[in-house]
Amino acid sequence: MAVLKVKFTKTRRDKLAQILWILNWISVVTGIILFSLGLFLKVELKKREELMAEKDIQYVPNMLIAVGLIACAINFLGGKICYDCVDSTKFLRWKLIMLPYIVCTFFFTLCVLVGALMCYSMHWELEEALDLGLMQAMRFYKDTDMPGRCFLKHTVDTLQIQFQCCGNSGYKDWFQIQWISNRYLDMSKKEVVDRLRSNVEGKYLMDGVPFSCCNINSPRPCIQQQITNNSAHFNYEHQTEDQNLWMKGCRQALLEYYTHIMQSIGLTVLITWLFELSVLTGVRYLQTSLENVLRQGDPDSESDGWLLENSLMETARIIKSLGKSNQINTANNGDPNIDVPSTSKAHYGPDNVPPKEKMETS
Amino acid sequence: MPFLSLKFNLQKRVKLAQGLWMLYWLAVIVGIILFSLGIFFKIELRKRSEIMDNNESHLVPNLLILVGMLSCGLNAFGGKLCHDSLDPQKFSKMKPMLRPYMLLCCGFNALLLLLVLLCFLMQFAVYLTLAEGLKNAIRFYKDTDTPGRCFMKRTLDMTQIEFRCCGNNNFRDWFEVQWISNRYLDMSNDVVKDRVLSNVEGKYLMDSVPFSCCNPGSPRPCIQHHLTNNSAHYDYDHRTEELNIWNRGCRQAVFSYYSGIMNSIGALLIFTMVLEAGDVAGLKYLSTALETMADPENPECESEGWLLEKGFKETLADLLSKVKTFGRANQVEEGRASPDVAAT
Repeated sequence: MAVLKVKFTKTRRDKLAQILWILNWISVVTGIILFSLGLFLKVELKKREELMAEKDIQYVPNMLIAVGLIACAINFLGGKICYDCVDSTKFLRWKLIMLPYIVCTFFFTLCVLVGALMCYSMHWELEEALDLGLMQAMRFYKDTDMPGRCFLKHTVDTLQIQFQCCGNSGYKDWFQIQWISNRYLDMSKKEVVDRLRSNVEGKYLMDGVPFSCCNINSPRPCIQQQITNNSAHFNYEHQTEDQNLWMKGCRQALLEYYTHIMQSIGLTVLITWLFELSVLTGVRYLQTSLENVLRQGDPDSESDGWLLENSLMETARIIKSLGKSNQINTANNGDPNIDVPSTSKAHYGPDNVPPKEKMETS
Repeated sequence: MPFLSLKFNLQKRVKLAQGLWMLYWLAVIVGIILFSLGIFFKIELRKRSEIMDNNESHLVPNLLILVGMLSCGLNAFGGKLCHDSLDPQKFSKMKPMLRPYMLLCCGFNALLLLLVLLCFLMQFAVYLTLAEGLKNAIRFYKDTDTPGRCFMKRTLDMTQIEFRCCGNNNFRDWFEVQWISNRYLDMSNDVVKDRVLSNVEGKYLMDSVPFSCCNPGSPRPCIQHHLTNNSAHYDYDHRTEELNIWNRGCRQAVFSYYSGIMNSIGALLIFTMVLEAGDVAGLKYLSTALETMADPENPECESEGWLLEKGFKETLADLLSKVKTFGRANQVEEGRASPDVAAT
């Protein structure tokens, strides 16, 4: 009882082989697309690795790159096989390789599916990494004289300008850290010293934000200093003013950006997976129908093609017994129902005297 | 004595036709590139038309789009000609179209040359429009409540951030303009009143710049206000400070961007001209080689191909005499008309 049996005439087989050849080459192109998507994601993550804490999120683009390259190789081989399958004599070359090739490709498509699912699951790890990373970046904003951190100010400023965001969750995050270096604070002034003494850690905190938080859509020139002090500015009320600074937090902005990329990539990978699966099904049908043709002997006759020779349960049993028979006896053809009596003389050991001789002597 | 003649056998003719066919399709691709460059340039001009006073000339991108489409059409037809030329039947059908087509291609090359000149000359126009437009943009920066100018602030801020520039010539242009609207000035404050009265036009001028002039690469937080007052900020000398705000003027920055685009377009047009000239020359060789076949029934015979039937000077002389007789023919006919009238 074969699974999904289909009859194939010679012309149908030839057509199937040609279509599969074209589809395999299209799959090579999708493999290249997967590879470049993985590369693009790797570059985008690397561009902002200063703002992300040390979390291992590079495994997603690395997996996509590997999957893309393997897809190219597998489908290139598949294309070559399908090209040769039109001719039954050339098929003999590939006959032994085809079944292992199909099994390998099946497991590979599972990898592709896992890759697609990983794209969607990266979201939570990325959020954590961004939260920690942005907090660190804002803390070291003022350290433009320390090697290794001197470009953090530039990075954070360009991030806030480009993504139209301010701070980690919002602009108030800047009120809790000292973002002006002590090098630029006049320690002889009374108000500076007062401010430094006003909190436990001796930090110069103020209700001001860097210039990169300024909203370009605001109708009035940007108010960066004394943001919460309504009387410091004419006709200003900070509770209702929402166009002066960027209201969105940078963590949310970056997360949205990366989630958007990941969703597009995940969708592409899913479509690729479906495509690969359909190509694999076609190749399996081609393989079984060509093998049946060889069994029948007449290359122009009709033949059956199927997905599995026996039903799913039988196939599972066969695979299990294949595993067991490797331990006991390999001469059973994998079917434990057949009782094959042992006829080989080599089975007699030194203690096994043939029964006929014993009877004669007694 | 034909000008630059070459001998062709069947193989050479076939090779010439194939090579020419590929060149024509390359020219079609170049035509598509020119078309998309024209659209890109038009969009770029439109994007920043506010800082150019909405006055910029769209002549170059419009011509570029036209040239791109023409190039695609002409070269696709040329490719078809080459493809059909080796089939004697199809070639005899196409023969009458060859001469007008080649004249059209020469005219197209002249148009390309005109466009190259325009690309290099219109840069002056862009520079002047930019200068005027930026001056007005800075003046109207504060008018975010005036309809028609309410987005000037946003556009100018975005331009200064994107092109890393400040002001028209440099940041001091902001000192001469009131860029804070009166709506946000407390007129009851003495400081404000003093400043407004301190100049003839009653403008609130100060030595400050908008936040979009700030350089993110500066090691210290941006100093926007009291730029020329060293004592207003700790450890600050405005004469030596280079990283605080952008030093370049926006006119220079935006102009070099557009100038770069126009120069690249000019270079591509020169390449297209050379390609087109090569195509026309190749087509002339192919057509003459096919026409001068001694035995049209035998495709294997040798033939000769040339660029001009007579020598270069003789062809010029012929052309001049043709132009003269064309002019004179009109006069002779008029003269003849009058004796007829007199006779009757």
